Amino acid sequence: MDLRFTEAEQAFRAELRSWLGATLPSLPPKPSRGDWPARREYDTHWQRLLFDAGYAGINWPTEFGGRGATPTEHLIFLEESERAKAPYVGVNFVGLLHAGPTLIAEATPDQQQQHLPRILRGEEVWCQGFSEPNAGSDLAALRCRAVRDGDDYVVNGQKIWTSHAEVADYCELLVRTDPDAPKHKGISWLIVPMDTPGIEIRPLRTLVGSTEFSEVFFTDVRVPVANRVGEENDGWRVTMVTLSFERGTAFVSDVVNSMVTLRDVAEFARKNGQWDDNAVRREVGQLSAELDALWLLIKRNVSEATHNGVPGPGASVFKLRYSELRLRLGDLAMQVLGRGSLAMSDLAGPGSGYQVEDKLNSLSYTIAAGTSQIQRNIVAERILGLPKEAKG
Amino acid sequence: MDFTLTSDQVALRDGVREFATKRYDEDALRAGTPADRALWRDLAGLGLFGLALPESAGGAGLGMAESVLAFEELGRALVPGPLVGSYLAAGVVDGAAEGDTIVSLVEDGREPLLVEHPDLVDRVAVLRDTGVTVVAAGALPTEPVASPMDPLTPVARITSSLPDGDASADASDWRLRGTALTSAYQLGISEAVTDRSVAYAKEREQFGRTIGSFQAIKHILVDMFVRAELARAAVYAAGVTIDDPEVGDAVRTATEAKLLADQAAVLNAKAAIQVHGGMGFTWEVPLHFFLKRAWCLSTTFGTADEHALALAASV
Repeated sequence: MDLRFTEAEQAFRAELRSWLGATLPSLPPKPSRGDWPARREYDTHWQRLLFDAGYAGINWPTEFGGRGATPTEHLIFLEESERAKAPYVGVNFVGLLHAGPTLIAEATPDQQQQHLPRILRGEEVWCQGFSEPNAGSDLAALRCRAVRDGDDYVVNGQKIWTSHAEVADYCELLVRTDPDAPKHKGISWLIVPMDTPGIEIRPLRTLVGSTEFSEVFFTDVRVPVANRVGEENDGWRVTMVTLSFERGTAFVSDVVNSMVTLRDVAEFARKNGQWDDNAVRREVGQLSAELDALWLLIKRNVSEATHNGVPGPGASVFKLRYSELRLRLGDLAMQVLGRGSLAMSDLAGPGSGYQVEDKLNSLSYTIAAGTSQIQRNIVAERILGLPKEAKG
Repeated sequence: MDFTLTSDQVALRDGVREFATKRYDEDALRAGTPADRALWRDLAGLGLFGLALPESAGGAGLGMAESVLAFEELGRALVPGPLVGSYLAAGVVDGAAEGDTIVSLVEDGREPLLVEHPDLVDRVAVLRDTGVTVVAAGALPTEPVASPMDPLTPVARITSSLPDGDASADASDWRLRGTALTSAYQLGISEAVTDRSVAYAKEREQFGRTIGSFQAIKHILVDMFVRAELARAAVYAAGVTIDDPEVGDAVRTATEAKLLADQAAVLNAKAAIQVHGGMGFTWEVPLHFFLKRAWCLSTTFGTADEHALALAASV
């Protein structure tokens, strides 16, 4: 066990830090949360800056235009970016972290050539059409139907929780191509241009009050068969391949951000007298210890990925623990702010509004990308080797 | 940066695990076999007490990273006795490294003042902020205490004020390493009771199926596993950071390790009893020994509450 970074890793960090320091001051002001066209412009501009500096697709292989960084360099990249308060990956999320890696692993050279360089340059924004109203935790139960008609599929159905749909150019869409096959065996993965006729987007308002994702309706949408990635009915496997790109770095920004948030909450408490309450201080100390331990778990998972190419089974463990910690961090913030929590503007001083908004937003963390209950089932069955629950 | 065990560390961990599970096996555990001089000589023969002493002093020349791995395994097997005191005394007290002199610790100010294993120990090391003072066990006036909560941690109450004396060692160093080692033992407890509960849930049948197939049981077991994983990261980091202080704040890391490992040990042991149902409440099923030891150790080298408050001060 060695927690020292190598000289090469330290040099990578120093170079990145100096680039961030020189580049971030030139960024335009952040757009407002509800202004999606402006958010696309802001996020893709940042992506272009990363591209020009050689940081785009930090973990993508070099033959696909990425930097081919090691898992540890990836960790450093995310850590430094978050500490410098660099823009989040934002609307580039699906393209860079999901669709892009899937195309790298499974697409034809033509498909790769058409999309990968544009994703890296911030010229192409993707959204994800996976979940449906009746296919959430049980994703493979999806029913959005695609029927062959000549050289096209004709798609009919509905998707939900689709982030960035309003500003996306393409959708990675899971469709049912064989309704008679077992549920995992009848799914295909399609590249769908979002300007295709028959696609209707209805933004969903979250409990925070903003529109972070949409429902997307497909009515007789014609998608060329050439846009299929992988074989017909092999889409479930294609989807799972993306997971092999994970190197244990998925929550680096979140943990760094949580540490900053905890310090901010402690500052509020010190100023408004709540710090005198042992219960408040005890929870601050407790959360601080857990965040530091989560940071160490990231280092362990990244180290395992360096050795084995994939992280150990720690991802579900991490997601479970982190998301639940984040809820407690928000609870603490609300307790500390007291009546000052009654507005998402800065009622209790600079930054208090963010704390309230963050608390509301964090309610999604134990639901999105696999609920805590599903994560527990995964850990129980895949790590602890417990039998599956009898299905009724 | 590579936060995984080296092959040497894996070999050491496996070696201690094999020793501990054979030397203090399931029969010994169920019978509540107390520590004795023969056990101490065997632990010394394994090289436990001199693990981090320089080779020139007869030690193995390893560090805290390896020592926490060893103590994790001792905790997993619930090997009894004043392990931390004897380990810290090695190289300071004659005969401690060889297992001939058995040493337990008393922390000044931690009332009531108790000597653990009063009939076994030769020396008592008194920890004060100003230093560590080692006295002969017989020189401390004590009175017996009936019905120890943990049958394998017998105690006697000290009836005089603690003696002054020359400081034999640096108290902050002992506290730091003692905190890390105790955390490691607690980590081992948290893992042992998790493993036992998972195994039980795979065997025990009710309603015509193994209880481990029920989500109500599964989710308890996962929470146990996750608590232990988090504690393990903190405990290993404490070992590494004490060896190489440039990579972090050793005191802070050890404090976090103790906080998380105490909680993992106590909460997991309680959960294990719950998962075992009525059998978990019996003397025959040895889970109670794990919980009682976890509670004992939670009162040494700072409680979870004290550690949480100390950590808050630097947030």
